[in-house]
Formats: sequence, C-alpha cells, structure tokens
Amino acid sequence: MGAEDAGELLPPASLPRRMPGETGIWVLVAGDLAVFSIFFIVLLVQRSSDTALFVASQRSLNQIIGALNTFLMLTSSLFVALGVGSIRSGSLARRRAPYFIATAAVLGLGFVLVKAYEWSERFSVGQTVGTNDYFMFYFMYTGIHLVHVVVGLIVLALLFMVSRRPSLDQGAVLLIESGGIFWHLVDLLWIILFALFYLVT
Amino acid sequence: MWLILVGATIGSLTLVEAFRSPTMNRTVSTVVIAVAFIKVRFVGLDFMELRRAPFALRLVFELWLIVIGGTLIILYWSQT
Repeated sequence: MGAEDAGELLPPASLPRRMPGETGIWVLVAGDLAVFSIFFIVLLVQRSSDTALFVASQRSLNQIIGALNTFLMLTSSLFVALGVGSIRSGSLARRRAPYFIATAAVLGLGFVLVKAYEWSERFSVGQTVGTNDYFMFYFMYTGIHLVHVVVGLIVLALLFMVSRRPSLDQGAVLLIESGGIFWHLVDLLWIILFALFYLVT
Repeated sequence: MWLILVGATIGSLTLVEAFRSPTMNRTVSTVVIAVAFIKVRFVGLDFMELRRAPFALRLVFELWLIVIGGTLIILYWSQT
C-alpha cells in the first residue's frame, strides 16, 4: 500500500463526496472571506454617506485594466484547476501538472505587474491612499488583496516544485489541492473587488 | 473540457459588464453585483470543487453567497 501512488487511489470526480484539500485550508478560506465580507459591507456603508465622492472618484479608475486583471486572475485559476485535476489523473497526465501550475503563476505575475502599472498611473495624477475616502478604500483593499496574490505566487512556486516529483503521496496531493484552493480564493476575492470598485456606479 | 467552458463563460461575463447606459445605472449595478456572486459561485463550486465536497461545507458557501451578496445589493439599493 505504502509504495503506491496515492493520487491514483483518490476517487474520480463522479464518486461520493470528499473534502477537497486539507480541512485547515477551509478554516483559512472561511476566515479570510469573513474579513473581506466585512470590508465589502463597510465599503458600501461608507459609500452611502458620500455617494457623490465615490461616484466621481471611481471615474478615474480604468475599467479596461480592471477587466484585464480579472481575465488574468480567472485564467490563472483555470490553469491551477487543470493542474490539480491532472494530478489526480494518473501518471501520464500528471506530467503536465508543472506546466499548468507554471502558466498559472506567470498569469498571476502578470496580474501583479498590471496592478503595479495601474497604481503608478494613479500616483502620477496625485491619487494615493490619503487622497480621499474612496481612494483610501481602493488602495487598502486592493493592496491587501495584492499581498494575498504575492503569497499565492509563493504557494504556486511550492506547488510547482512538489508537482514535479516522480510520485506523489496522499499528503502531496492534499497539499497541491489546498494550495490551489488558496489561489482560487484570491481569484474569488478579486471578482468581488472588481465589481465593487470598477463597475458599480 | 468542462473546466474550460466554465472559465470561458465567466471570462466573457466580465466583458458584458462593460456595456452601461446612464439611465439604467441602478439596475445595471445591481446586476453587476449579482453576476459577480454568480461568478464567485462557479469558482467555488467548480474550481474549489465544492460541488463534490461534504454537503455542510457546500451549504455554508451557498448561504454565504446569498447572505453577503444580498446584503451588498440591499446596501447599494438603500443609497441610490
């Protein structure tokens, strides 16, 4: 039993329910979502007390760049999902996993670069975290999200290295799943941030 | 593959949101928030694989979507 590749022993997608990844990652996800949920609510509550300011300030944001970032995040998540899926598919498919994960990481890095460019544009016209309430929220929330992205990239680097091993035990598979779930969380948070900051007027 | 379909669908939805008209802002923005949470639902169910996770975990996720998504929409409506 011990020498077998645990990845091939896990149930395929059509079989009964199992918890993806390790339980701990879901504790992290729940906590993070709880915190960000409060962030979202606070943002909208604050918006109600100065709606005109929020609407006016929002016009400075570049929706195209925001959409580009959303596309990068979603596609990156897709590649992580493909990587995790291939891990469970038997040794031949598994060899593609590092490529999937590497692609996801490159896209994630692209997200960071686009955001850096976007922020520099804001700075160049004098908009920073202290400019007004809207920009305080914008820079703080997307900044905290950016920290998540950077942590996620480090996680992806780890997953990349683990996925290159010739055989993966149960622990390695769970690790890769858990790392993937964290990255999807980062994607998920951005989807909502994008909607609230860039699209709601 | 299914995963690719989900990803592409979600991706195209972001483009649809680029179309706005000044007279319909309130409705459009509400739809924007709703669509965002629908996208989040797909990310959770398919990418994070909650579709085949234990029922309790999935239930908590779906409830969160409704509660927070609903709260944000109500907050938005109360100020427009």
